[in-house]
Amino acid sequence: MAFQMLLNFALAFIWMFLSSNYTVSGFLIGFILGIIVIVMMRRFFKQKLYLVRVWAIIKLTVLFFKELILANVQVFKLAVSPKMDMKPAFFAMPTELTEDWEITLLSSLITLTPGTVVVHVSDDAKTLYIHAIDMDDVDEAIDDIKNSFEKAIMEVTKS
Amino acid sequence: MTILANLLVILPISIGVLFIVVTAIGLIRFPDLYTRAHAASKSATLGVMSVLIGVFFHFWLFENHFNPRILLGIVFLFITGPVGGHIMSRSSYIAGVKPWEGTVKDDLAEEIERMKKEQGIK
Repeated sequence: MAFQMLLNFALAFIWMFLSSNYTVSGFLIGFILGIIVIVMMRRFFKQKLYLVRVWAIIKLTVLFFKELILANVQVFKLAVSPKMDMKPAFFAMPTELTEDWEITLLSSLITLTPGTVVVHVSDDAKTLYIHAIDMDDVDEAIDDIKNSFEKAIMEVTKS
Repeated sequence: MTILANLLVILPISIGVLFIVVTAIGLIRFPDLYTRAHAASKSATLGVMSVLIGVFFHFWLFENHFNPRILLGIVFLFITGPVGGHIMSRSSYIAGVKPWEGTVKDDLAEEIERMKKEQGIK
């Protein structure tokens, strides 16, 4: 990903020198032409096209903001509801992510989403221990997290 | 245009203040430390972020002063808020703070027990 981005910048600068137009708009034209060249040459790169990854990162960010707002609405409902009838629980969730930064990102995402806070990560980093504020079905909650966040993070990292 | 700018300033600040109030109510009403950590780590983060966004738009649209430090503050809060909630609840669990009686399921107790035995901590 980094290599393709650097190549794109280099192509943009080459375009600026070729057209001797050292302005922002000249750079942008070179950048867009560079994207077209990289898309045409994509079968010479081992990794995926970097635009796919950038798009995956944007999707992850949008998902994050949506879940953050939903989480706050849920806390709001719980805090102002007249009787405290929630069912808190600690449950274990196995994760397939391997890199440290992926697990850190996943636990931040889980912490900022509706009803869950990560309390402990096991020593081998294969299991996350999560505290849920209102627990009806553990398996369902695990599936939810797996299908939304873990998949979105994997989409960013797999090359 | 002025109406739109006013909306961009007033709406985030009101929402932010609302969520900060919710945090305070939650901190008082929730039964134990772990449920309070939910209120503190979520609503406080979004509340302060919304207030900062409102302040950013106020200075940008009305005073013509683009202040990137506010945006950096938002990003910093975003990264550090959940880590704070995580560290507080984890260290309290290891230090032995008991969860509320209503807690229906506790997978973590055995894991912490095993960890303490391994490292020889009582």
